[in-house]
Amino acid sequence: MGYQWNWDVFLQPSATGDDTYLGWMFAGFKMTIALSLSAWVLALLLGALIGVLRTVPNKMLAGIATAYVELFRNIPLLVQLFIWYFVLPELLPTSIGDAFKQSNPVMQQFLASMICLGLFTSARVAEQVRAGINSLPKGQKNAGLALGFTLPQTYRHVMLPMAFRLVVPPLTSEFLNIFKNSAVCSTIGLLELAAQGRQLVDYTAQPYESFIAVTLAYVAINILVMTLMKKLEDKVRVPGYMGGK
Amino acid sequence: MIKIANVSKHYGDFKVLTECTTSVSKGEVIVVCGPSGSGKSTLIKCVNGLEPFQSGEITVNGISVGDPKTNLSKLRSHVGMVFQNFELFPHMSINENLVIAQTKVLGRSKDEANEKGMKLLERVGLKAQAAKFPGQLSGGQQQRVAIARALAMDPICMLFDEPTSALDPEMVNEVLDVMTELAKEGMTMMCVTHEMGFAKRVAHRVIFMDQGRIVEDDSKEAFFANPRSERAQQFLAKILHH
Repeated sequence: MGYQWNWDVFLQPSATGDDTYLGWMFAGFKMTIALSLSAWVLALLLGALIGVLRTVPNKMLAGIATAYVELFRNIPLLVQLFIWYFVLPELLPTSIGDAFKQSNPVMQQFLASMICLGLFTSARVAEQVRAGINSLPKGQKNAGLALGFTLPQTYRHVMLPMAFRLVVPPLTSEFLNIFKNSAVCSTIGLLELAAQGRQLVDYTAQPYESFIAVTLAYVAINILVMTLMKKLEDKVRVPGYMGGK
Repeated sequence: MIKIANVSKHYGDFKVLTECTTSVSKGEVIVVCGPSGSGKSTLIKCVNGLEPFQSGEITVNGISVGDPKTNLSKLRSHVGMVFQNFELFPHMSINENLVIAQTKVLGRSKDEANEKGMKLLERVGLKAQAAKFPGQLSGGQQQRVAIARALAMDPICMLFDEPTSALDPEMVNEVLDVMTELAKEGMTMMCVTHEMGFAKRVAHRVIFMDQGRIVEDDSKEAFFANPRSERAQQFLAKILHH
C-alpha cells in the first residue's frame, strides 16, 4: 500500500490560514457536543411529556401523543432534516420565513438540526418513558390514588420517580444515538465533527488520519456518556430494589 | 358507613359483579371471602372508586362513589386501603412513605406528619426501620408499614384486599395481629381474605361471593355453623379441612 501516513497534518496551518487542521477538528467536536446536548435537552423534556401522555386515561391526549410518536419515528431522520431546513421556512408566514433565511447561516443550520434531532429523539424517548410507566406494577397507581392523590400527583410522586429510574439504561442508548445521529446534520452544511473530517480529507488528502481522528472523537464522547449515565444509574438506585443495596 | 346497593359491573359480555347489595355499619368488621374470580377484590375496589361500575350505587359516609361530581381523591383520602402486594413506594424510605400523603394530600406540616408516622410505626412495631427502604424489609414488615401508611390518614374505614395472600406463612400472623388490634379499637373494616381463623375471631359478619354475586351475607356464627348455600358449604369444607 503506497499510502503516506502523516499524523503531523493536524498541526499544519489550515487552508484558510487562520487555524490548524486540529483546530478544525476541535471546532467540529464542539459543534457536535453543542448540537447533541441542546437536542438532548429538548428530546428529554418533550419525550417525558409525550411518554406520560401516552399512558393517561384521556383518550384524546393519549391519541395525540401516539400520533406524535408515530410521525417522528416513522419518517427517516434525513428526510426530517431536509423538511425542517428546506421546506418549513417556505411554509411559514413570509415574514418569519424570511427572517429565518436572512439570519446567520450557521444559526439556521444549527437551529434546524437541533429541532430535527430533538424531536426525532423525543419520540424515541417517549416510547422508553411509556414502557417504563407501563412496567410498574398496576397496584402502585392504585396505591397512590387510594391515599387520596389526584392522578397528576400520583404520576408526580409515585409513578414517575420509579419509571424514570427504570428507563435510565435505555435512555443511555438514546443519548449515545443522538451524538451519532448528529452526523446526519453535515448534509445541510453544518460543520460538525463528521463534516470537518470530510473537509479535512478534501484539503489534505489524508483520509485515514482524518477519519481515525473523527472516530476516536466519537468514541471519547460515547465513553464519557456511558460513564456519566452509569454514575447517574448508581446514584438513583433504590435500596433493596433491582440490585440496589 | 358503607352502603352497596345493586352494584353490577361487566367487561363487555363478561359479568364481574351482579346486583351486589350489602352494607357495613360504623365499627363493624366484615370479611369477604369466596373462590378466586368471584369478584371480591373487584367489589372492594369499587368501594373507593378504583374500579368503576356500570349500575347500582355505593355510598361511603353518605357520599356517592359513582357520582361524577364526587371528589374521589378527597373521599379516598378518608378511606384507607391495604393491598395484596403492599404497594409501598419503593423509592421512598419507610418514613417518607408514611409522610408523603399526609403532607401532599392533607396539608399537614412535615413535623406533624413525621410525628404521626413515627407513632404509627411504633404501634406496628417497626419504629427501628423508619430509615430503611421497602425493598429492605420482609413482606410481613412491608404490609405492616402499608397498614400504618393508611392509618396515618386518619381513615374513617379501612379496606383490606387480600392483605396476607402474598406473604410467607410465618409472616401472616404478624399482619393479622395488627388487623385484629385495629378491629378491637372499633375501626370499620372490610376485609377480603381467606383467613378463616381471622374471620372467626374478629369479624362480625361474613360475606361469601361466587361468580360475581353475593351468595351469603350473614353473621359469622350463622355462616360458619350453617352456611345456607351449597357453594359456601363446599368452599368451607375445602378451606377448613387441611
